[in-house]
Amino acid sequence: MLSFIMALVAGAVRLSTPFLFVSLGETITEKSGRINLGLEGILVFGALSGFGASYLSGSALIGVVAAGIGGALLGAIHGWLCGRPGTSSIAVGIAMMVFGLGISFYLGKPLIQPKAPQLPDIDLGWWATSPAVRAALRINLLFVLGLLMAPFLRWAFRSTRYGLIVRMAGENAQAARAAGYSVECVRLLATMAGGALGGIGGSFLSLYYPGAWTEGLSSGQGLMAVALVIFARWDPMRCLWASLIFGAAGSLGVALQSIGISQGFHLFNAAPAMLTLIIMTASSSTSGNSGRPRELTVFS
Amino acid sequence: MELRQLVSRIARQVGALLFGLLLFLIFVAVQGRNPLAVLSDLAFGAFGNSFSWQNTLVRTAPLLLTALCTIVPAQAGIVIIGNEGALLMGGLGAVLGSMAFGFLPPAAGIPVILIAGSLLGAIWISLSGILRQARGVDPTISSLLLHYVGLAIFLFLVEGPLRDPATLNKPSSWSIPEALRIGRLGSSDVHVGLVLGLIACLGMWVLLKYSAWGFGVRIAGGNPRTAAMMGLPRNSPVIAVCAIGGACAGLAGAVEVSAIHYNANASLASGYGFSGILVAFAARQNPLAAIPVSLLLGGLHAAGGILQRRHGLSDASINVLQGLMFLAILMADGWGASTRRTAKG
Repeated sequence: MLSFIMALVAGAVRLSTPFLFVSLGETITEKSGRINLGLEGILVFGALSGFGASYLSGSALIGVVAAGIGGALLGAIHGWLCGRPGTSSIAVGIAMMVFGLGISFYLGKPLIQPKAPQLPDIDLGWWATSPAVRAALRINLLFVLGLLMAPFLRWAFRSTRYGLIVRMAGENAQAARAAGYSVECVRLLATMAGGALGGIGGSFLSLYYPGAWTEGLSSGQGLMAVALVIFARWDPMRCLWASLIFGAAGSLGVALQSIGISQGFHLFNAAPAMLTLIIMTASSSTSGNSGRPRELTVFS
Repeated sequence: MELRQLVSRIARQVGALLFGLLLFLIFVAVQGRNPLAVLSDLAFGAFGNSFSWQNTLVRTAPLLLTALCTIVPAQAGIVIIGNEGALLMGGLGAVLGSMAFGFLPPAAGIPVILIAGSLLGAIWISLSGILRQARGVDPTISSLLLHYVGLAIFLFLVEGPLRDPATLNKPSSWSIPEALRIGRLGSSDVHVGLVLGLIACLGMWVLLKYSAWGFGVRIAGGNPRTAAMMGLPRNSPVIAVCAIGGACAGLAGAVEVSAIHYNANASLASGYGFSGILVAFAARQNPLAAIPVSLLLGGLHAAGGILQRRHGLSDASINVLQGLMFLAILMADGWGASTRRTAKG
C-alpha cells in the first residue's frame, strides 16, 4: 500500500508539469477574455520544437526556449485569427488543433528515432535509503519553475499594472478601451504568452517524461487544461493543486503496476479524461461567483 | 436564399479551400519540392484515373458520415468535435454485433451489424448532449474528452477481451464473418458505405430543412427563449441531434470495419473523424454541401500515398494541408462577416 501511495505521489509530481504549464498559460489567455481551445496543438508543437532544438543544439534548455517560442508563434496565429471580425474562437481553436498536430507530425517524422539531450533532475531525495522515496523526490527543473510561477502569476494578476490590464480586458472590454488600451492587442499578447507556456509544457513531454518524440505523445492534456482552468476558477494557485490531482490520476496505471496490477493499462490512460468529465459534470452548475472573466461568454 | 447570395457563398468557400492549397504548395516549395509537380500529382492521385477515383470514393464514404456528426448537432448550436470517438465506438459495435448475431443470414445480419455500430455511436455523442442539457457541460470539450475515453475502451477491448489470439503483431478483435461483410459496387473497390453516406446526407438535408422537427431544432439552437415561448421541447431536440450525429459517425466506423478492415484494431483510428470536422466547417454545416467537400477531402487522402512515393513527403503532409485549409476557411469567415449568420459556432 505504501509503495502504491509513493508511486502515486511520484506520478503526481511527474505528470502534473504539462498540466500545470498549459493551465497557467490558458489562465492568462482566458483572463484577457479569450479562450484558446487549440492548446492541444500548441502542446504537441512545443514538444516537437523542444525536442528538435535540443537534438540539434545539444542543450535541453535551448529546447525549452525553442518550445516556448514555437508555442508563442502558434498562439500569435490563433490570436490574430480570433481578432478578425466574425470568427468564432472555438472554431479557430479546433482548426489550430488540427493544424498544430498536422505540422508537428510532419516536421517530426525524422525525429522519431533519434535521442535528444534530456532535462536534468534535481535530486532532493539523496538522504533517503528507500529507492521508491528517492525516485519520488527526484524532481524536474520545469516542475520547480511551474511551482514558482503559480504564486508569481497570482501576485501579478492581483498587484501589477500588467496583470490589471489583462484582467480589465477580460472583465470589461469597454472600460479597457476607455482607459486607452487596445483590447485586441492585450488579448493577442495574452494568447501568445499562454501559447509560450503551453509550448514549454509540451517540451516537458519530449524532454523529460516520457522523454522522446512520438505522435501519440499527448493524450489530450492540452484540451483537459481548458477544463482544468474552469475547475480552478481562473486562479493560478488552484491550477497548481488541480494539476497535481490530474497528475495523480494519470499515474494511476503505473502506481497499480507497482503493486502488481497490470491489467487494463489502456483504461487507466484515460483516467485524467474521465476525471475531467466527472469534475465538469459535478461543478458546472455552480454559476454565480465562479471567477469567470465576464468577457468570456463562450461557455454557456 | 437568393441565387446570387448562394453563388457568392460557394465562391468564398471554394476560394478559401484553394487558398489553403496555395499555402500548402508554398510550404512544399519551402521544403525544396516542385509545387507544380506536387499539385499535378495531387490532382492525379485524387481524380486522375479510375483507380484513383475508386480510392477517393472509398475514403469519401466515411467522411460523409463523420461530417454529419458535427453538422447535425450544429443545427441546434452544438459544436461536436468527438467524431473520431463515435467512429471507434461504431467499429466496436460492429464487432460486438457480429459476435452476437454472426449466425444470422446476410440479409438480416448485415443490417444488425451496421445498426449495432450506429447505436453505440449514438449513445456516445448523446452523452455530450445529455451532459449539456442536464449539467451545462460544454459539449465541444466533453465530446473530445469522450473521444479519449472511447479510444481507451476501444483499445482495451480489441487488444484484451475481444482479441483474436491469432493476431500477434497487430492485436485485433475477432473478424466479422465473410458472409456478413458489406458488398462492393459492381467490380470496383467502392463499397455500399458510399451509398449509405450519400443517403444520410440527402436525408438529413431534407429532414432539417423541410420537416417541422428540423424547424424546431433550428429554433432551439438559434433562440432557446423563442422555443420555450412556442412551447417547443427544450432538451429532446438537442439530445436527438447529438444522437443522430453520433449514429452517423458510428455507422462510418461500422462500415470501415465491415468493408475495409474486417476486424477492429488501432488502425481504425486513422483520422476520418477529425477530417469530418473540417468537412463540416468547410460545408458551412450544410449536409448537402458536405457531399462535394467530402469528395474533395477524400481525394486528398487518396493522393497522400502518391505524394509519399513520388516526392518523399510523409503521410502527415495531408494533415498539414487539412490544417491549412481549415485555417483558410476561418479566415474567409472574416471576409464576409457582415452577411454571415452568427450562431453556427
